[in-house]
Order: sequence, then structure tokens, then C-alpha cells
Amino acid sequence: MTLPEGLKRRDFLMKMGLLFNGIVAAILAVPIVRYLMSPVARARKGHYDSWLSLGKLREFPVGQTRLAIYQNPVVNPWDGDTADIPCWVRNVDGQQFQVFAINCAHLGCPVRWFPQSSLFMCPCHGGVYYQDGSRASGPPERGLFQYHHKVENGELFIKAGEIPTPGSAANIISITPGLPRCV
Amino acid sequence: MRLMETVGQWLDDRLQVGATLRETAEHPVPRETASWFYVFGSAAFVVFMLQIVTGIMLALIYVPSAGEAWNSLQTLNHSVALGWFIRALHGWGSEFMVAIVLIHMVQVILFGAYKYPRELTWMVGVLLLLVTLGMAFTGQVLRFDQDAYWGLGIGASIASRVPVLGPQIVNLMLGGPIIAGATLSRFFALHVFVIPGLLIAFVAVHLLMVIKLGINEWPMPGRVVRKATYLKDYHELTKRDGIPFVPSAVWKDLFFSGFILLSIAACAFYFGPFGPSGRPDPTIIQTAPRPDFFFLWLYALLSLLPPSMETPALLVGPVVVLFALLLLPFIFGEGEKSWRRRPIAVLSILVVAVSLGTFTHLSGYTPWSPVMDAWSSTPIPPQYLRNRSALERQGALVFQVKQCHNCHALDNQGGKRGPALDSVAVLLTHDQLIRQVIQGGGNMPAYGKNLSPAETTALVAFLETLRPAGQPAAQDTSRGVAPAPDRGAPSTQP
Repeated sequence: MTLPEGLKRRDFLMKMGLLFNGIVAAILAVPIVRYLMSPVARARKGHYDSWLSLGKLREFPVGQTRLAIYQNPVVNPWDGDTADIPCWVRNVDGQQFQVFAINCAHLGCPVRWFPQSSLFMCPCHGGVYYQDGSRASGPPERGLFQYHHKVENGELFIKAGEIPTPGSAANIISITPGLPRCV
Repeated sequence: MRLMETVGQWLDDRLQVGATLRETAEHPVPRETASWFYVFGSAAFVVFMLQIVTGIMLALIYVPSAGEAWNSLQTLNHSVALGWFIRALHGWGSEFMVAIVLIHMVQVILFGAYKYPRELTWMVGVLLLLVTLGMAFTGQVLRFDQDAYWGLGIGASIASRVPVLGPQIVNLMLGGPIIAGATLSRFFALHVFVIPGLLIAFVAVHLLMVIKLGINEWPMPGRVVRKATYLKDYHELTKRDGIPFVPSAVWKDLFFSGFILLSIAACAFYFGPFGPSGRPDPTIIQTAPRPDFFFLWLYALLSLLPPSMETPALLVGPVVVLFALLLLPFIFGEGEKSWRRRPIAVLSILVVAVSLGTFTHLSGYTPWSPVMDAWSSTPIPPQYLRNRSALERQGALVFQVKQCHNCHALDNQGGKRGPALDSVAVLLTHDQLIRQVIQGGGNMPAYGKNLSPAETTALVAFLETLRPAGQPAAQDTSRGVAPAPDRGAPSTQP
């Protein structure tokens, strides 16, 4: 169908108008997408983990496992209680330490330490771990997540910040089953 | 009366929708569809209206800030006049809405209503189920308490299992590296703007198609759907045996919706609002997070699946189910509509319903979770301690102190993660008991490193007393053949 000359021109102008809006939308999409994706922007994501102090070494007696609390390195004033994150510190022999995430390796529920039986137990689906963090029983496919740690000037530091999850364990030491477990 | 008519006429002269509305309201529907089975869709819609109204009322007080949300819920519960009731209405409204949407879906399947030409109506309905569940989950997060905090952690753990993109998805979901202020803000945006927007849009399309295509006729065995003839047959049916939707059919919808609203109000009044439970303080680890009712089945499933099946089930399962539901009308788009002629449809619904019901029921007493305080708060029943030797009683002490009771029940008290031990001595011999305690196995941790030889001896001595009267202890048959060396452990056999 051939359109009359005037209509053809307006039809062309309408299409140009649509194209113009499409271009503007594409330009606007850049900041919008970058805003939405900011939690995974490389510039930010690189700074999620940092070295944080868990306190003086003397707070962690030899041979014991204690709850320690650190503050999220990425924190906002309105985070409230959620800014404080617990973790389990095991002083193996005064020289060696292990710092375990509070999150069960199954689905992230908070594991509890039972010093009497030297086990970590999870209240959600019944995951159980030995004192060295290796899996003892239950649904977890692996041992507890472990933070990298270092001792400086009598203080224990861990590298933390990102929530430890089964998929994002890249920054976290994985426990190979067995510091030898005598039977 | 005169005035109202005049005003109405004045408005309609300008809006010009009166005729369309009247025509829509009075459109003929097949006579049998004026049935109590056809009221669930409208009831879901009415409950959604209730959710909008109560949601806006809650937003007047609620503070979507991780630091303040919990306090603002306390204010709603305790300081604002009837704030507790509005919270309860919204909470119970959500439970009723999910339930009614599910019932509606079952009715649609049983009545074959998804078949030609209502495929798209069904598909939009599936999306409506998804967004309704999305509202339920995000709403649970806005009740920013311990369950919400750890529930988000579980969500993050599941999302992180997506291959390659997992960690990025977790960051996007949480709005940063970890559950914090940004997380609650984005769930607020989802719950209050994004998902309701989708819900309203989907409801509009869903309703439009119900009106354009007509309500599904009452299924009759033998009345088979064929694409070539269906539309003609349907129009003949409505012409021959139709009644106007308003008022002939709508009165049942009205009564049922009213009854549902009243039930929600009654539940809200009687049971009160949901939580909030403890403060969302991650350093309070004495907590056992639980999801809301409609996600309990998932909670059960996640503890019962074999570990190696979990990630595939979590990531592939939902996609398969979603596609199966979306494709349903294309695979079974023609044929019989009556449930009397569709045994597989009926059976499928029964299997799904019984499975979900069983999982939900199991979540009521979580046999897979250790009872975290059984060792310190659930004593050993006295009949298991009467007339026992000092060593056996020492063993009972070990049983408590080493948290055995957290997973093993005695006289139905204590954890159910492991088997109950009331008759363990009938099943396991002395040697087998020692081996099981020390090496563990069969989903039990090995206690070898955590028990001294003396403790093991005492514990096994206690376990050997655990058998019902009159039942003999397990015997090692080889004992009779070879002379038993003195093992040092005291015999507890009578």
C-alpha cells in the first residue's frame, strides 16, 4: 500500500521519533544498569574482604574454641545489629589457630559449639562438625568455612567481609577432612 | 435517589464506561458455573485487596531500615492502637492468599480449565502463583527478626550454588557482601513496589482473559474439547443455557469472599500477629530459624534429600516444575475436561498434595534437627536409672554431658536425629556398641577423640542396660565358640 506523500512523511517522522526515544533509553540504561549492578561492580567487590581484628590472643585460651565477634568491614549507620558478625576461634596449641564461619556449610544457619563433646552442631538440618571443622555427619557436603587469619602484635586478624556460602568459598580455606583423627 | 442518578449520568456522559461495565457484568455464563467451586479466583482477588489496604496501613509506621525495622514492629504490636491487629490481618491475609491461590489452581486442574482456549490464562495464573509466593517470602524478610535474618542466609546459600554466577547473584540479592541494611531496603522495594506491580499487571491480564474467553464451562464426562469446535460449542452453550454473571453467579463469590475475609479477621483476632521473633542480631546464635508455613515443606525437603542431590534439586527442580506447569496446556490442551475421565490428573494432584502435606507435617517436629538443649534440659527418665550400678549411672552422666541426648531419644524425650536408644542393647552387642560410639558412622559423629577410655566404658555400660524387660540382650554368637577373655568391662547381664 502506498501512502499519500504527507502521511509517508509523518510515518517516517514517527519512526524517527521512536528511534530517538530508543537511543535516549539506551543512554539512560547505562547508568541504571550500573546502579543496579553496583553490588557486583569490580571496583566495589574487590574491597568486600579486609583484615579485621578479633582481639588479643589472650582472649583465646589454648585448646579452647571461643565465639568472637567482628564488625562488617562494609558498614552503614543503619545496619543496626546486623553489622556485628560472630565466628568461632579455635586455639589449637597456642601457635596454630583456626577461625570458622558461624554459617553452616549446608545452608548457612548458625552452628553452635559444644565443648563437652567437641562438636559443632547446626540447629536447622542437623549438620555436625568435629572440632577441626571437618564434617562429622548430616547434610553438609563439606567442613565448616574457615577464614584466613594472621597474628600480629599479639592480635588475631581474619580476612572477612563477604558472607561465606557454598558457592562463594573462593576466599575461604576449605578443610580437607582430617587433621588426623585418631580412633 | 434522583440526585444520585443525575450525578451518575453526568459522570457517565464524560467517562462513557457505564455501558461497557454493565455489559461485562451481565455477560452470560454457563448455568452450572454459578457454583461454589467457582469462587476461589474472586476470593484470592479480594484477599489481595485486603493485603494492599493493610500493607499501606503498615507502611505508615514500619521503618524499612535494618537498624529500626524490628523496633518499629514492636511499636506496631504494642504502642499503636490496633497496630497488632493490622499486622495480624496482613500476616493471616498472606497465609490465606497462598492457600486460596493453591486451591484455585487445583480446581482449575481438576476442571480442565487450562485447556484450549484458556492456555494463556493458565500461564499467567502460574506467574501469579510465583509472584504470590514471592510476596510471601519477601514479606517474611520484612518481618526483620532472627528467622528473617537466617532465612536470608539460607536464600543466599541456595543462590550461591548457581554455577559460575552464584557469588554475583548473592551480592545482588543482598545488595552487598553480607546481610545488612541494604538487604532489607531492597526486599522492601521488592515487596512494596516491584512484585505488587507485577501482581496487579498479571491480575489485570488474567481477569481480562476470563471475561474475553468466558468462564470455563462445567466439565461433563464425554464433552471433549476440540480446537475446531470448542468456541462454537461454548457460545452455543452460553446462548442456550446461559445466565447473567451479575447477579446470578456473583452472589456466591460475594458470600464466599465475605466469609474468607471474616475468617482472616477471626484468625487475626484470635491468634494475633506473627512475631517478630528475636532481634535480628547475628551474634545471638541460640536460635533455630524456621521458615513460614508455606515454605516448611522446602525446609523438610532440604534435610531429607541426600547431600549429592541437593544442588541439582534446588537449581534444576524449580525450573523443571515451572516449565512443566507452563507447558501443561500445550501438552494436554484438548480432550476430556472432567476429573472423572482424567485419573492421572487426579492422581498427580493427590501425590503432590500428600507429599507437600507430609513434608509440612514433618517440619512440625523436625526429627532431623538435634534438640540443642536436650543434654542440659531433658533429664534421663528415672526408670532408666533405677537399680543401676555406679558405673552405669556414670555412663548415664556421660550420655548427658556429651550431648548424646541431643540426637538420641530415651522414652520419647530428646532429639530424633539418630535412632531412639530405648532398646539399643537388644540390637547391638557390647563390642558393637563400643565400635559405634568410637567410630560413629551411619550419620553419627565418631566420638573416639572426645571420650576417655573410662568414659567410653561407662557409657557403653549404661547403653547395655537399655532394653525392654523380657527381651534378651544382643549376643555375639561367636562367644560360645571361643572362650571369652576377660574384657575388664563389668557384665551387666542378669
